[in-house]
Amino acid sequence: MEQKLHVSSSPHFKSGNSTRRIMLDVIIALCPAAVASCIIFGLRSLVLIAICIASCVLLEFVSRKIMKRDTTIGDLSAVVTGLLLALNLPVDINPLIAVFGCLIAIVVVKQMFGGIGMNFVNPALAARIVLLVSFPSAMMHWVPALGAPAAAQIDATTAATPLVAEKGVYSYVDLLIGRCGGSIGEVCAVALILGGIYLVIRKVISPIIPCVYLGTAAVMSLIVGLDPLYQLLSGGMLLGAIFMATDYTTSPVTKWGKVIFAVGCGFFTIMLRAFSNMPEGVSFSILLMNILVPLIERATVPRTLGFIKKKKGESK
Amino acid sequence: MAKKSLFQEFTKGIIKENPVLCLVLGTCPTLAVTTSASNAIGMGVAATAVLVCSNAVISALRKFIPDKVRIPAYITIIAGFVSIVQMLVKAFAPAINDSLGIYLPLIVVNCIILGRAEMFAGKNPVLPSILDGLGMGVGFTAALLCMGIIREFFGSGSLFGMQIMPIQILIFILPPGGFFVFGMLIMLANKLNSRAGKKVKSSPCDGCPMSENCDAKTCDKPAKEATSNAD
Repeated sequence: MEQKLHVSSSPHFKSGNSTRRIMLDVIIALCPAAVASCIIFGLRSLVLIAICIASCVLLEFVSRKIMKRDTTIGDLSAVVTGLLLALNLPVDINPLIAVFGCLIAIVVVKQMFGGIGMNFVNPALAARIVLLVSFPSAMMHWVPALGAPAAAQIDATTAATPLVAEKGVYSYVDLLIGRCGGSIGEVCAVALILGGIYLVIRKVISPIIPCVYLGTAAVMSLIVGLDPLYQLLSGGMLLGAIFMATDYTTSPVTKWGKVIFAVGCGFFTIMLRAFSNMPEGVSFSILLMNILVPLIERATVPRTLGFIKKKKGESK
Repeated sequence: MAKKSLFQEFTKGIIKENPVLCLVLGTCPTLAVTTSASNAIGMGVAATAVLVCSNAVISALRKFIPDKVRIPAYITIIAGFVSIVQMLVKAFAPAINDSLGIYLPLIVVNCIILGRAEMFAGKNPVLPSILDGLGMGVGFTAALLCMGIIREFFGSGSLFGMQIMPIQILIFILPPGGFFVFGMLIMLANKLNSRAGKKVKSSPCDGCPMSENCDAKTCDKPAKEATSNAD
């Protein structure tokens, strides 16, 4: 993308930032979660991750070729999408279903709307929701994790996720290190937090969205009478707040826009968890706020320099 | 109009002016009943029967219906035929009646039927009107059948009730899948039309599929309002 904006005569400073570099940072940040999933669920999760990444890259390459556009697999965004999607799936899912999810993410959500930077919702998230709606039983079949408490195991092959398990089955430590049921990337909270800290230090994401998201969710949990810490550590909350909600294309650019966006995500997540018939609300709430981003941005346009109207509101 | 043969009046509704995919009329029943191929056929046939009959009667009465009350008059005629069709379906195909539910009586307000009455039958003799209704009905049925087959095949893994695929992608028989398949088919129809029609554009109305029947020089005149009100 950035080569197209090459207007230059003087020797300019270049920051070295590129789409490729940013995506590489996201991949590095996701590595702890991926490694943790391999430890918790065994080698099968590595296979699943490999299938998703390979099919996303392949589909991106093929669909760009068919649409007669330049190949963009070099920017690694397809790898990120594949990795994120894999981390959102249960470990024993049929590989065909995973490939179908990659098809939805890359071809339908991303390339049909014009490729990287043009998608109106997060591709991995949309694919997860399509799969969740299409294959409810396969998508909610959780394999017991390594060392999960015996009380959480429903039978030899199924385990309850923290969100549907009875109170007291999982301790905070179980949730932190991932001794619980869930999709492969969401179980280990420590790995996700490590990845988030790396992204913030590398200035790839601003801490506004994750912090406000988690803060709102905690406050909302208190209001509706749930245990805030338990809610934050369980389910896809951390994965969503750190890696999904902060996607550049589908989150607001303005500072106050980011705050509104994150508050909305946190609010809807807890409302869905507490009052809907689904155990999890992270993906639906982020998807909803993704769609609202253009409206949020229009409402939070920064004041033009020198334009004086009212004091409150914008920072720039 | 005169330059068109009767055969063309019939065929234009199938692809070139397909009521669902090009004129984007009657979207509500299209999305609602196409969860299976047999539902789609039932809906298509019922709507076609009403369309042909109402086009014929409206065209025959076009000199007697005062212009100011034409819409209520059309609706009355259409509602009469819908009642007949509904009674017939209830008597001879109760299963289809059950699965179509409220969408069968709702044919009364289907914008395809009112749209054809307003745009074609109200201005043309009986025989072309019947053929126009038949063509539009076939186009409607074909579009519904395409959607029904695609959605049933992927959504419940079957065709006309016969189980074929072991795996079912539920989203296809849910509303989001309906909109998705609908969009894909519109894309396909646009592609086919742009390949077939190679004429040079000279007036802004040339790109409009209604331009043949439209006496307005610009596209904000009553002919359009009447059809969009009908949904």
